[in-house]
Amino acid sequence: MIAILVSRLIQAVIVMLAVTAVAFAMFRFVGDPVQSMSREEATQQEKQELRERLGLDQPVAVQYVRFLGKVVSGDFGISFRNQRDVATLIAQKAPATMELVLVAVTLSLALGIPLGVLCALHPNGVLSRVIQGTSLIGISVPTFVTGVLLILIFAVTLRVLPSFGRGQTVDLGWWSTGFLTASGLKAMVLPSITLALYSLTLIMRLVRSEMIDILSTDYIRFARARGLPARYIHYRLALRNALMPVITVTGLQIGSLIAFAIVTETVFQWPGLGLLFIQAVVFVDIPVMTAYLLLVGATFVTINTIVDLLYAVVDPRLRVGA
Amino acid sequence: MFLWPALRVGALDRRGGLRPDRQKAPEKRHRLRPQRRRINRGRYTMRNSLLSTACVLCLVASPAFAEVLRWSSQGDIVTFDPYAHTESFTSSVLHHVYEPLVRRGLDLSIEPALATSWEAVEPARWRFTLREGVTFHNGNPLTADDVVASVERLLHPDARARGNLSTVTGIEKVDDMTVDFLLNGPYPLLLNDLSGVFIMDREWMEANDALTPGNITTGVTSYASTNANGTGPFSLESYAPDVGTILKTNPDWWDTAQHNLDGIEFRPITSDATRVAALLSGELDMIAPVPLQDIDRISASSDFKVIQEPALRLIFLGFNYRDELHAMPGQPNPLKDENVRKALWHAVDLDAIQSRIMRGKSRTVGILVAPPVTGYDANIDVPLAYDPALAQQMLADAGYPDGFSTKLDCPNDRYINDEQVCVAIKAMWERIGVTVDLNTESRSTYFPKVDKGETDIYMLGWATLPAMDGFSVLRAILATRDGSSGGNNANGLSDPRLDALNTAAAVEIDEPTRVDMLTEALKIARDKAYFLPIHQQPVAWAVRSGVDVPQFADEYVRLWFAKIE
Amino acid sequence: MRVPVYVLCAMALGLAIITAALLAPLLSSVDPTSSASFNLMDSELPPVWVQGGDVRFLLGTDNQGRDLLSAILYGARVSIAIGVGAVLLSASIGVTLGLLAGYLGGWFDALVMRVADVFLSLPTILLALLVAGIARALIPDANSVRWAPYILIAAIGINEWVQYARTVRAATMVEASRDYVRAVRIMGLPTWAILLRHILPNVIGPILVISTINLAAAVLTEATLSFLGVGMPPDYPSLGTLIRIGNEYVFSGIWWITVFPAATLVLLVLATNITGDWLRDLFNPKLAGRA
Repeated sequence: MIAILVSRLIQAVIVMLAVTAVAFAMFRFVGDPVQSMSREEATQQEKQELRERLGLDQPVAVQYVRFLGKVVSGDFGISFRNQRDVATLIAQKAPATMELVLVAVTLSLALGIPLGVLCALHPNGVLSRVIQGTSLIGISVPTFVTGVLLILIFAVTLRVLPSFGRGQTVDLGWWSTGFLTASGLKAMVLPSITLALYSLTLIMRLVRSEMIDILSTDYIRFARARGLPARYIHYRLALRNALMPVITVTGLQIGSLIAFAIVTETVFQWPGLGLLFIQAVVFVDIPVMTAYLLLVGATFVTINTIVDLLYAVVDPRLRVGA
Repeated sequence: MFLWPALRVGALDRRGGLRPDRQKAPEKRHRLRPQRRRINRGRYTMRNSLLSTACVLCLVASPAFAEVLRWSSQGDIVTFDPYAHTESFTSSVLHHVYEPLVRRGLDLSIEPALATSWEAVEPARWRFTLREGVTFHNGNPLTADDVVASVERLLHPDARARGNLSTVTGIEKVDDMTVDFLLNGPYPLLLNDLSGVFIMDREWMEANDALTPGNITTGVTSYASTNANGTGPFSLESYAPDVGTILKTNPDWWDTAQHNLDGIEFRPITSDATRVAALLSGELDMIAPVPLQDIDRISASSDFKVIQEPALRLIFLGFNYRDELHAMPGQPNPLKDENVRKALWHAVDLDAIQSRIMRGKSRTVGILVAPPVTGYDANIDVPLAYDPALAQQMLADAGYPDGFSTKLDCPNDRYINDEQVCVAIKAMWERIGVTVDLNTESRSTYFPKVDKGETDIYMLGWATLPAMDGFSVLRAILATRDGSSGGNNANGLSDPRLDALNTAAAVEIDEPTRVDMLTEALKIARDKAYFLPIHQQPVAWAVRSGVDVPQFADEYVRLWFAKIE
Repeated sequence: MRVPVYVLCAMALGLAIITAALLAPLLSSVDPTSSASFNLMDSELPPVWVQGGDVRFLLGTDNQGRDLLSAILYGARVSIAIGVGAVLLSASIGVTLGLLAGYLGGWFDALVMRVADVFLSLPTILLALLVAGIARALIPDANSVRWAPYILIAAIGINEWVQYARTVRAATMVEASRDYVRAVRIMGLPTWAILLRHILPNVIGPILVISTINLAAAVLTEATLSFLGVGMPPDYPSLGTLIRIGNEYVFSGIWWITVFPAATLVLLVLATNITGDWLRDLFNPKLAGRA
């Protein structure tokens, strides 16, 4: 048990180091930081002084270590585009994305699991065939198409929901939340539906296939033969076992959702990390791109490690031999 | 999520009633009520309702028509430091918070602002008298020290906007309300330049360590980048890049307010469609600019109106005058031949661009300035006719019967429909046999590329702001690039007659003579097809009905004239 | 082997779109990428069944006057070409690494798996945007048609190799312990010959399944990148670029520039997904013997 924990942690650390190495390479070698940071008529001597000040004349390994040090202490440099401290920028935008992802995950679980159970229990029913059909469409429609469609229907034609932004937010210390205002809640609806759609269909299909698998196993057949109530069989036995992979997939999906938030935030102009990142790509703002990579990479590695560990804890079959 | 049931269970005792520590509050209430139940309630209620009625009346009686104007544009304010940038949109918003010594009025003519009078005591020394009784938003009075500190900050070698006052060599305080500007020679356009120089508070800068100016290119920031203390009709309440800026009305403004706003909320929305959707759904009161394809739809609705006119900003294409084109290394540059450039001009169907892409809202032009700008002459404002057959013939005569290759670089988020215009022009040139390698990109990578001379044919927009004078085109674009001129002439254009005109017009005090020089320069630029003018960009804003905002050809938003009903 | 009707329909539809796209130069009389074929004065015409439509342009025209049907066919061609390129790239990398890791084992195997973990921990769209962003910083003309397709192929292809690597590695490890492989090894055949001629043919099945699903994902990613503005440029638009261009007109009543390319994209991806699903079910031993 401890062996698994340790090995997973070591793995996580190695992956993080690799991600930081890529981030450092981007930061240092993509574009010329001295060129971008000196003024137009800078002389060679000024550039040399700037180079020394930034530590760019040191060996690469030393620079990498310094970079690591700065990252750990939260110094991500200054955004080329906004001339603001990147760490502050990210801290400002993070709550928006986190709230959006949270609502999307909740939606996809709250709708995906029941729908999946429904399809599994009545695999040949009309309703479940319809749901399955629409689920296929759900994973084939790109996120941005969904977003544009929803805006067209609800914001422009029906005028019931806002088409951009977060509405009014309330600051709770460092976190700014949109949950406490009516306009914030209304603004959350369309983006979260857009973001959740793909994840929802994924979970639905997963629950359906897992439950179908489990429902055909022996111990379910024995339970039925024993005359246990159908409800008990379906929910306490089958669904509980089917939920395990769902939880792991959801954990992994959170990472994917944070990434797809890039597209959703662009369509809805949601002021979160995704919009910040895509603007950084378009404007070639290397410090912000690097910081986003590090942050998101760290999030994924953490989530994946936790999911791995959870899996190992819950499923005794995995404990034997790492 | 799983903690919630636990919390709820903990708060309830076994019978379902609230735990003892939660019962204290209801006990308090119970003590008061039984004693004076009926009477108290009655009085309480009546007093309450009287109060609320009074409040409502107050709200109605007060100038409750003052409201917050919410508006949006496609770009954001890049900084609140007036000397760290040269973007006209940012300047336009900063003008609500900061003010210059002279400003432009409703008819765009120059009028006194923070300075009440001026005179040239010597040809190279101008004396300005400052307005009395002006205070900054933090209460500090405006004095000559503030003006001196501001100008010195602008002239600092690190300031991005330093070029706006390139003829000023120094500034001296004469007394508490008078300053002297020292120039490097007689210069007729000092007032035009000063209309874009904002005055900051010296004590505030010293207290906040903001005496060194910022620079958006090198990334230097200061306290002044995100905070502001000016003399303008509005004060800065908050500035969050990419999210929004909130301005509040300044009740102590020295001028009489012609607006009735309580405040202004600005939000950048890059996507055109989203911006329009926000206006139509009532979340915004005004959008500037409005995408051209939505103008008809919005103006058809009685809840909104579109105001538009041609702007000062002129869009044109520039050429590469070096020995070789980037697209054809090792071969002589065909663009150095005047006939080749004219052929390219003849090949562009400017009317189609105007009617289809700009939907008839732009004005096709033949020279590099718009009618309100000094130096304009309608006689030379005639573009070359659309004649692709002639263009092909001219190319063949010039020695390129099979055409040649060139690059075309354009921004895709700076000018109205810039990308579309370039795609169309590429198609038109390919029809006469020229191979075009098109590259469109965001302005953050586009303009540095142009400045470094890495383009063959590029698109540029020029509004001559803040000077509003044709000399700006002559000095920055037409003159050969040396220390002080040709700042935007990155591709090697060099014409001796234009350089002579540049030097002469810089110091010509006799206005008619100076204007003739400007017109001659513009005529030469047209006759030799040094640039390919396309159109005068329209400025189109959409407002909710009930919002009254004047529009200006320099595209500046001046919301201190705005009224909401 | 009974193939359900809807799968047959999906396969037929998918093949139809792909064939039409690949044969675009033959099918459409005009080449929307060649400027002689369109005229700015024809821009924004509605589809032929709407009033104002022109019979020359069945689905209407876009904002530059290009015939939308031709633009969609060529755009699909570009999207599919880039998708196939990306799948080929990731398949080459993944299969090679998978074969070597499964066969050689040891430190190489461990290294490849650790690298795979790094790639797995980052989502597709993020990696693709990063590659596109770095390319834009390094190449000044990244948005021109000379560079954009290659940048896109690299950005999309760099993602999916892990799936190939893992599957092929597992299959290789199974095959490598078989007698016939031991036999050829004793015979002295070089490693590459063993891998290519003997092991690879036996692991083709899963590769095909993964490729089908990955093609759909690659086309979707390309559309997303083009929509975000870092994909194919407007003078050689792919389906995603057309959707982006049309998006600005959707609210002013010019709906066809977005709707038709979006519909084509959705149908194409749907068809590929259905086919891929069915293929995967076909190869899944647990489902064999059911339905």
